[in-house]
Amino acid sequence: MKIFTEFGRYLLMLKGMFSKPENMKMYWKEFMHQCSEIGIGSLGIVVIISVFMGAVSALQTAYQLVSPFIPKSTIAQIVRDTVILEFAPTLVCIVLAGVVGSKIASELGNMRVSEQIDALEIMGINTKTYLILPKIAASMLTIPMLVIIAGVLGMWGGRFAGVMSGILSKQTFDKGLLQFFKPYNVFFALVKAYTFAFIISSIPAYYGYYVKGGALEIGRSSTKSVVVSCVAILFADYILAQLLLAS
Amino acid sequence: MIEFKDIHKSFGDKKVLNGVSAVFQAGQCNLIIGTSGSGKTVLMKCLVGLFEPDSGEISYSGVNFSEMTQEHRKELRQQIGMLFQGSALFDSMTVEQNIMFPLNMFTKDSYEQKLKRVNEVLDRVNMKDVNKKFPAELSGGMKKRVGIARAIVLNPKYLFCDEPNSGLDPQTSMLIDKLIQEITKEFNITTIVNTHDMNSVMETGDHIIYMYQGVKEWEGSNKEIIFSKNDRLNKFIFASEFLQDAKDMRMLEMKGKIDNHRNMDELLK
Ligand SMILES: Nc1ncnc2c1ncn2[C@@H]1O[C@H](COP(=O)(O)OP(=O)(O)OP(=O)(O)O)[C@@H](O)[C@H]1O
Ligand SMILES: [Mg+2]
Repeated sequence: MKIFTEFGRYLLMLKGMFSKPENMKMYWKEFMHQCSEIGIGSLGIVVIISVFMGAVSALQTAYQLVSPFIPKSTIAQIVRDTVILEFAPTLVCIVLAGVVGSKIASELGNMRVSEQIDALEIMGINTKTYLILPKIAASMLTIPMLVIIAGVLGMWGGRFAGVMSGILSKQTFDKGLLQFFKPYNVFFALVKAYTFAFIISSIPAYYGYYVKGGALEIGRSSTKSVVVSCVAILFADYILAQLLLAS
Repeated sequence: MIEFKDIHKSFGDKKVLNGVSAVFQAGQCNLIIGTSGSGKTVLMKCLVGLFEPDSGEISYSGVNFSEMTQEHRKELRQQIGMLFQGSALFDSMTVEQNIMFPLNMFTKDSYEQKLKRVNEVLDRVNMKDVNKKFPAELSGGMKKRVGIARAIVLNPKYLFCDEPNSGLDPQTSMLIDKLIQEITKEFNITTIVNTHDMNSVMETGDHIIYMYQGVKEWEGSNKEIIFSKNDRLNKFIFASEFLQDAKDMRMLEMKGKIDNHRNMDELLK
């Protein structure tokens, strides 16, 4: 039962977010601030994981493809598709759920516990609109960008690792990259990126905004928000694959 | 003017407010006093709408709070200034940004005008050279004062202060009391102060309500409080022997039995 109550409150929170801003300039400033916090703030980790996951997937694909009948360029093709379909959107977003999600949850949780949210409320500011909306909007803008960057860097990482270890030449890899390319996969990756961006920002915002208690509860709710967002991402991933890929 | 009738509030099984009513007039310092845990903060939060009372009516200048639309409440809140017991400063902002925040949100003034106003209120709470400091770098009493500065920066019509002078030295505490009293009279503000500070009660208590376990036990002014027959109130206010003596002196003085010379030189002559 509790899960339905919580889900209902989550939906009400999302609905409550839409109200007329008291002062557009301040909201814009907050939005920009969140874009830089969320987007620029997690760029580093995204770059590192995407290069490595591309590299590893190139090496492992090569290791598994032992048959001489399969052309080497297939390696590049497989790297491209796994990176676009799964690694860049899903893996990156799982990591971002930890990085961005815990930050959102603990920031809002701290504001709740130290009565800063109440203080804003007393000034006559709609705190859901002022605190939550810019975070979700900024995530929806920046996270798909990060996913695109991750996709490009993942393929580059695969190419770099493949060439460095002498598995295949640059030319073969590039040829493989263009083989049987389906633009629909990119569309699928972007749909996933937007969905996950929403999950990563709104679920932690919910847990942070409604925290009760003290420092311990802030930590707990931030952990919980990361766990719940990760599960929600995997679940949404499955549903989207079923909806958009199976036919 | 704020009027409230028969406010009830419980958290789970625990009854915190048990039918409290009073009228707080404008231009007066209205004090809510009572022991720790008697429900002062909860009452204040009910009045401003941070807690929804279980039952009871609250009206601001004759308009019923529970019947106001969301928009109307927001407008009303822009006329409310509140100091929280824990100051509730925005810890990602400097002192200056904290105080300027309501101005940024609700006025169209230029940065210079806003800065001037910020420095004005900072000066009134006796703080200097703290503009660029973050709340984490301030002492508890300094945070309180910045909190007051933020609460009054928009010239509110209603001012709520939850223990404005706990954690302050007697001198700064007096200064804050004076400030609250001054602006209350000057701008005809409806001021509500939670306190257990005896000095504040005696100096600023135009109208005092005494809370005990969620019930209003006594109501009156600082002139009347020393003649109160309520035992619990007397024990609460005149807790120390020193204060008991002071009270007896004051009573005798008021009855004209003794002539109280504040000037020690004269007494020791
Ligand atoms: N959010 C809450 N949830 C549950 N109980 C609460 C909550 N807030 C306050 N209480 C309870 O209500 C009672 C009154 O608390 P309140 O904070 O109003 O006391 P107070 O008079 O302001 O005390 P102090 O002078 O120490 O600040 C306390 O027993 C407290 O446990
Ligand atoms: Mg209190």
